[in-house]
Amino acid sequence: MGMTMTQKILAAHAGKDYVCPGELIEAKLDLVLGNDVTTPVAITEFENAGFTKVFDRDKIAIVLDHFTPCKDINAAKLSQQARNFAKKHQITNFFDVGTMGIEHALLPEKGLIAAGECCIGADSHTCTYGALGAFSTGIGSTDMCAGMASGRAWFKVPSAIRFYLTGELRPWVSGKDVILHIIGRIGVDGALYKSMEFAGPGVASLSVDDRFTIANMAIEAGAKNGIFPVDEKTVEYMKDRVSRPYTVFEADPDAEYEKTIEIDLSAIEPTVSLPHLPSNTRTVKEVSGMEIQQCVIGSCTNGRISDLRIAAKVLEGRHVADYVRCIVIPATQEVYMQALKEGLVETFIHAGAVVSTPTCGPCLGGHMGVLYEGERAISTTNRNFVGRMGHVKSEVVLASPAVAAASAVKGTICTPEDL
Amino acid sequence: MKISGNVHKYGSNVDTDVIIPARYLNVPDHAALASHCMEDIDAEFPKRVQPGDIMVADWNFGCGSSREHAPIAIKASGIAVVIASSFARIFYRNCINIGLPIMECPEAAEGIEAGDKVSVDFDSGEIVNETKGKTYHAAAFPAFIQDIINAGGLLNSLKARGLAE
Repeated sequence: MGMTMTQKILAAHAGKDYVCPGELIEAKLDLVLGNDVTTPVAITEFENAGFTKVFDRDKIAIVLDHFTPCKDINAAKLSQQARNFAKKHQITNFFDVGTMGIEHALLPEKGLIAAGECCIGADSHTCTYGALGAFSTGIGSTDMCAGMASGRAWFKVPSAIRFYLTGELRPWVSGKDVILHIIGRIGVDGALYKSMEFAGPGVASLSVDDRFTIANMAIEAGAKNGIFPVDEKTVEYMKDRVSRPYTVFEADPDAEYEKTIEIDLSAIEPTVSLPHLPSNTRTVKEVSGMEIQQCVIGSCTNGRISDLRIAAKVLEGRHVADYVRCIVIPATQEVYMQALKEGLVETFIHAGAVVSTPTCGPCLGGHMGVLYEGERAISTTNRNFVGRMGHVKSEVVLASPAVAAASAVKGTICTPEDL
Repeated sequence: MKISGNVHKYGSNVDTDVIIPARYLNVPDHAALASHCMEDIDAEFPKRVQPGDIMVADWNFGCGSSREHAPIAIKASGIAVVIASSFARIFYRNCINIGLPIMECPEAAEGIEAGDKVSVDFDSGEIVNETKGKTYHAAAFPAFIQDIINAGGLLNSLKARGLAE
């Protein structure tokens, strides 16, 4: 019996020739990640357990991105705890204010994750790196602690759903619309415990950034991971970033999938998710005219340079609507710098938007754009749960950068073509 | 081991943002987390919950963020076991790792209502709704996971096996 990409990567890291879905294995880790919210809990566990050494200081990444630059005294305490641990154990890949970016945009950009590698992260959106043909999945702080101490993690080998992509995206339609469409079709537990394996001729037309966006939200369908085959675009992305050798795994032709779902990319329309679940999707046409008070463009889902280029293209020569706040957050310093060079930041400011230093900030109602009762935001982030961006009676509508930027201009939900 | 307690019942897709909202993640103190547990969907829960109570929910309990603060908040509230039709996978791992007992049992989740008195036998997996006189059986854990639970959590199991120092 053949194996899927995920099975092959897990087998290689467990030292086995073959692993089957449902099998419980222990795998060697190439990278263990944590942020300023989850790392302190892991550090406390690490110290309480009496551990004294990390397994490999080069294979741990600590990124202070959620509440940073620190939003309050308690957040500052968490950052300090993580910073002290990083110093004490000489963690090579420690990213603080000045070098940090939103973890899932930052790590691939820094070449810390490559095709065929096995990564865990104490952040649910760690599944993002599947875009590069890696196995990566979110775990909690105790797993992070165990990973830092032992370099290993236990996994149940997931069964897989294959998403067979055909066609090409239409103008103003992006990876975000694809993944919202998919979650709308299969539900927030439609891939529970499973691997989402993307395949088919449509993959080639998707940019690496679109693939990051799609893999990023695999968790919103309950998946363990989302993974793309490695092609020329992936190799090109890794070329100047990854200097170590990496392995390209391909699914066997007779790999077993629980089912195959065909997605015609050319049929996907601009899509949003209404409160309070990512699966509550509608086409923009269906909700056109819905008022918004805030627009957030950024996050680990959509804060990359291509996202900002799209938003700037929409906002160029236009202005954010009266009584609407538009917050743009480049995901990393490199993205920020590139946006400056290309004049995108100027475009945003001229349009009446604000541009922030990289932070997860408003995505989880942390800071930099918290909502009050009765307010609604359109946001390129990944979750619209009750109270996610602030007040329990506020609302978040998930959208692509194109739709979010257009909606900021009009003050109601729309596509750039409606402007 | 056998326990019994009163039930707090929730629906499907209870996410970790409502189990413990992000605005409280800047203080990972267990009691502080417990004092805000579930408040965005059930404001009275932190006041109502008694040690030994049981939480029951429908499908995909604990979806969303990987924050371990969520099972910590539930455990520190005094909840003795969470019974659900299904759990989101990161939440499931976190519960095993920190020692919050969980049971997957769709029949029990469907049949049990808020305020019912329920007893649970962890060894046999038997769930008894004493209020309604109904008995259910939860699926047993795989041996690999049961070993982690028996060792007292993931970190103890690593130490026992000499895999970390």
